[in-house]
Amino acid sequence: MTAAMGTADTPSLRVRLGWVVTDTLTITRRNLIVWMRVPAYLVFTLVQPIIFVVLFRYVFGGAIPVHVAGGYVDYLMPGIIGQTVAFGSFATAIALAQELKKGVIDRLRSMPMARSAVLAGRLVADTGRMFITVLVIIGVGYAVGFRFSNGVLPAVAMVVLATVFGLAICCISAFTGLAIGDEESVQAFGLIWVFPLTFISSAFVPIATMPGWLQAFAKNQPVTNVIDTMRAMAIGGPIETNLLKSIAWLAVIFAVFVPLAIRAYRRAS
Amino acid sequence: MVRVLFIPNERGARPGTFDGMSLANGGPAILVEGLTKSFGQVHALRGIDLAVPGGTVLGLLGPNGAGKTTAVRILTTLLLPDGGRAVVEGYDVVRDAAAVRRSIGLAGQSAAIQEELTGRENLELVGRLYHLSWPVARSRAVELLEQFGLADAANRAAKTYSGGMQRRLDLAASLVGQPRVLFLDEPTTGLDPRSRLGMWDIIRSLVADGTTILLTTQYLDEADELADQIVVVDRGLVIAAGTAEELKSQAGGDVVEFTVPDRGRIADAVAAIATTLGGAPHADYETGLISVGVGGRGSDALVDAVRSLDGAGVATRGLALRRPSLDDVFLTLTGHAAEEEDQSGGRRRGRRRPGRADRAEATRAAS
Repeated sequence: MTAAMGTADTPSLRVRLGWVVTDTLTITRRNLIVWMRVPAYLVFTLVQPIIFVVLFRYVFGGAIPVHVAGGYVDYLMPGIIGQTVAFGSFATAIALAQELKKGVIDRLRSMPMARSAVLAGRLVADTGRMFITVLVIIGVGYAVGFRFSNGVLPAVAMVVLATVFGLAICCISAFTGLAIGDEESVQAFGLIWVFPLTFISSAFVPIATMPGWLQAFAKNQPVTNVIDTMRAMAIGGPIETNLLKSIAWLAVIFAVFVPLAIRAYRRAS
Repeated sequence: MVRVLFIPNERGARPGTFDGMSLANGGPAILVEGLTKSFGQVHALRGIDLAVPGGTVLGLLGPNGAGKTTAVRILTTLLLPDGGRAVVEGYDVVRDAAAVRRSIGLAGQSAAIQEELTGRENLELVGRLYHLSWPVARSRAVELLEQFGLADAANRAAKTYSGGMQRRLDLAASLVGQPRVLFLDEPTTGLDPRSRLGMWDIIRSLVADGTTILLTTQYLDEADELADQIVVVDRGLVIAAGTAEELKSQAGGDVVEFTVPDRGRIADAVAAIATTLGGAPHADYETGLISVGVGGRGSDALVDAVRSLDGAGVATRGLALRRPSLDDVFLTLTGHAAEEEDQSGGRRRGRRRPGRADRAEATRAAS
């Protein structure tokens, strides 16, 4: 493999495809190591959801009436999971903006590595990060009384859906991080779109309690569709319609933001 | 530790060709012809030509916004040119970008390292991305850490490094792939004087090993110190090229220089000098430093200057005759000093050591 380096010949397609895989894994590994070494990232991913669980379960929860067999905690947990993975995507945007600013992306783009590996490795690492986060929140949920009551397979499906949803939001964040390229602006802009998207949804309260004009948005936006699906998977209820809507939304997000992120990476300077 | 390394791209065994001519026969390592690049209304490069023979150092000298970084970004395949062509080690930067990337190393204006990783991990990461096997990447990292005086800090997170150490690590990272051509974009900007001298030593040793280097700098003494050939760029155009000596002789011989401590008398001093010596004295109204080119008149001019200033009753400090510096060259060529205000930005630029934010901004503005 290394022998190809010093020659003028373009390495064969097979060699180059192999590089895409190994380079992606190398970048993935780096990102996960960095993630584990930055206390702020760990706090972001683990401590913040715990605070939200406690806050909504014990502070606001008593005042929010829901018609769910297990009570508010069963209603809440899928919402917290959806909200946390969406907020977790901030790390993607911030990391890419930092790399851009420090010249790390320039360095990588000037090297004979697979150019797709930087974004791909970022998203693979983030998928792993999302998965771990989801498991942690479920653990916290169990500690405060949440229970899966719809069987093992739907519970596993919920974890998968939550992770894929997180990945989709990460693609949006990757684009914003590369397009804006400044850590503070990226963070501020992230709050502007992630906050309304997660709170004006079925994550914490039933949509029926909102005023009509807000319901129109809340009912039809992706976060609600995904969280309703996750909720049905976790504690029972109609799945198909919401799942189809979720899949459609996720497909649209990937179709729009993956190319946008790639374009922003190519133009990155 | 002595270990024989597998060196993937052995020097001198490169089959690249340049216009049918083998590079081994002395074709330029970097060739740039009529390169242009605009960003909207900003014409960063307006047609520049460069030729850098293998194993030499070219100093690309100019103020911020002159187009230096844009040129480096095109040569390192980060940016596509609008017109003209650029060839590195015989490979066209647009058509053979992948081959160019296998031949070059890049160290930019800031330390492009992962601060959470240790010095060793940073270099191993780069080695892996050059598709070296783990053992080779590891020994290459160790070798470079030793070479750059970072062996003791090898297992510390790079964020604990001093500015100079981070830049050395960054330079080490650019050498992992054993590039034949190295691009250094303002390698000492923001470094303290000691780190700067250390960086110069490292660059000299790389040249001694046969690496071709294109170095951009705003520091005239840096170009003077390191570069075999200097190309002066201003507002996207090459305005002069030659060795430091050639450029200095263009600046018109010796310079009489002195400082007027009383700011109120600067204008009087300029008038007295202009009358006696002729020419156009250059005065810095902030520091009170006045300089004027006196051609070959040398010490006669110095005596005349003393008389006229004495006659005008202006007190001076440090009146002396000196050989022209590249600062004088820059002044002669561009009509403005390297450290003076830039017309486009209006901000103070040049020799001052810019902070991190300024540098990032400058990068954006230039790219």
